[in-house]
Amino acid sequence: MSLPPAAAEPPKAAVPTGDGKDAGAKARAAERRGGRATFRGEMVIEFLIRLCGWSSIICVAAIFYFIFQEAAPVLPKMNWGEFFGSVTWRPTSAEPRYGALALIVGNFAVAIVAMAMAVPLGLGAAVYISEFAGPRVRETMKIAIEVLAAVPSIVWGFIGLTIISPLLIKYAGAELGSNLLNGSVILALMSVPLIVSISEDALRAVPDSYREAAMALGANKWEMVRRVLFPAARNGLLAACMLGVGRAVGETMAVLLATGNVVQIPHSFVDPIKTLTATIAAEMGEATPGQPHYQVLFLIGILLLVITCAINVIADFIIKGAKAKANA
Amino acid sequence: MTPHIEFRNLSVSYGGKRALGGISLTVPRNTILGIVGPANSGKTTLLKTINRTIEFISAAKVEGEVFVDGEEVRAVESVYALRRRIGMVFPLPVGLPMSVYDNVAYAPRRMGIHNKAELDVIVEQCLRDSVLWDEVKDRLDLLGTRLSGGQQQRLTLARALSLSPEILCLDEFSIAIDPVTTMKIEEVLSRLRERMTIVLVTNLTQQARRMADHVAFINASELVEWGETGQMFSAPVKAITGRYLNGEFG
Repeated sequence: MSLPPAAAEPPKAAVPTGDGKDAGAKARAAERRGGRATFRGEMVIEFLIRLCGWSSIICVAAIFYFIFQEAAPVLPKMNWGEFFGSVTWRPTSAEPRYGALALIVGNFAVAIVAMAMAVPLGLGAAVYISEFAGPRVRETMKIAIEVLAAVPSIVWGFIGLTIISPLLIKYAGAELGSNLLNGSVILALMSVPLIVSISEDALRAVPDSYREAAMALGANKWEMVRRVLFPAARNGLLAACMLGVGRAVGETMAVLLATGNVVQIPHSFVDPIKTLTATIAAEMGEATPGQPHYQVLFLIGILLLVITCAINVIADFIIKGAKAKANA
Repeated sequence: MTPHIEFRNLSVSYGGKRALGGISLTVPRNTILGIVGPANSGKTTLLKTINRTIEFISAAKVEGEVFVDGEEVRAVESVYALRRRIGMVFPLPVGLPMSVYDNVAYAPRRMGIHNKAELDVIVEQCLRDSVLWDEVKDRLDLLGTRLSGGQQQRLTLARALSLSPEILCLDEFSIAIDPVTTMKIEEVLSRLRERMTIVLVTNLTQQARRMADHVAFINASELVEWGETGQMFSAPVKAITGRYLNGEFG
């Protein structure tokens, strides 16, 4: 349309354009308001998500803080040489001695022996379930493993006391049925379901094209597993094993029942031992809050935290190392 | 003379759904067979029956017979030995999680070659044949999975060649490879025909025309017709073949 004659039709011309501008402006303003509302909503959601993420760090920090607070008064008075170097643990005597070496060694010994059993067993089971078993067997086994994972640790402790203990006395020549080996077997049985389910996931996550490629080269199944699946699933398998170690180091109830609780450095697999965790569980009840014994038990808690953190960090380094090597 | 590969009335179904019906086809030694046809018509399934990788699909049911060198593939003593005679290149590139060198050296090592110098020769030759050598010769330690898609595809080809196979099956090998490299590989394959029989599944009818001695046209699970390449393109028996090969559908 041509421009209207200025005199005759200015209002008509002005009104529609004005309306148009107005409507446009309104729409834009509304959009801005809507935009602001969405923006505000997004801010809230983003804040909540951020909070969820940070909460883990806050929790860890809080745990460290509170345990430190309980243990703090004893820290300046600690004889560290004795704590880390002596096997004399006599917290309730008139002259209390806090030598935790045997507890630390016991804790590691039981965890290492347990892993020596659990890692091969768990990885083997995962490979079988993921690569060799038929669908029906696989489903049945997965359910069985989930049930196994759900058995409470105290029940494992009972099994150690009533079933494994007599077996060890009869066949392994143990004086006491509750000992290092008993605890290790129980811990191994407890960690296996964890190792199996995570490794199995890691193996299943390897694309089928890898299997097909390896088989097309004439590899048999075991070669395929060893040369192709293990390297491809390495990070997941490592993570599974490290979680197993974490569980073995931190487990309390079962080892309390199954290891015999004798404070000593073991010289054979059938020597009874005591772990850091079992010490806290067994002695916390009789320790008086605010007294050195109580505080030392919290110090042991700190030590356990540091150990598990160290295991995690090491696992991280191993996995990163594997990745770096892969990227080199 | 016994054909190198022979399909006799071969049918395959996946859980009752027919994927291939009544295929009968022979491939003479040291020739290239091009298998063409629309997507989902059963071309890949046909390849998989040769080295029995079809058995990885649990729902697959195979009827009829496949002979390699006059021997029915399901009657062979060792399926692993059978697969080592047949190189297979799948359409999706798969760099195995080991170094480029080990990817290619894997099969020869399995066959008992451990002499480093000997392996070096095989690896270089296979990588040259797959037109990958110049791109990776300075980084043979790189993890195979770190190569680009097209490079991994050629690595897959090199790996298949490392078996010195008597039969080489290629399933859409050029899907992730640029045209220039594809041409180079085609040249190599045409030369390799002197040493092996090649079955080439391709969506590119022109690729079949350039390379194949015989062409088989598969449509909707059926072998429509097969014959010498020139004749298939110039004077096919069935009208539908001519229409497909001229790019009028598919």
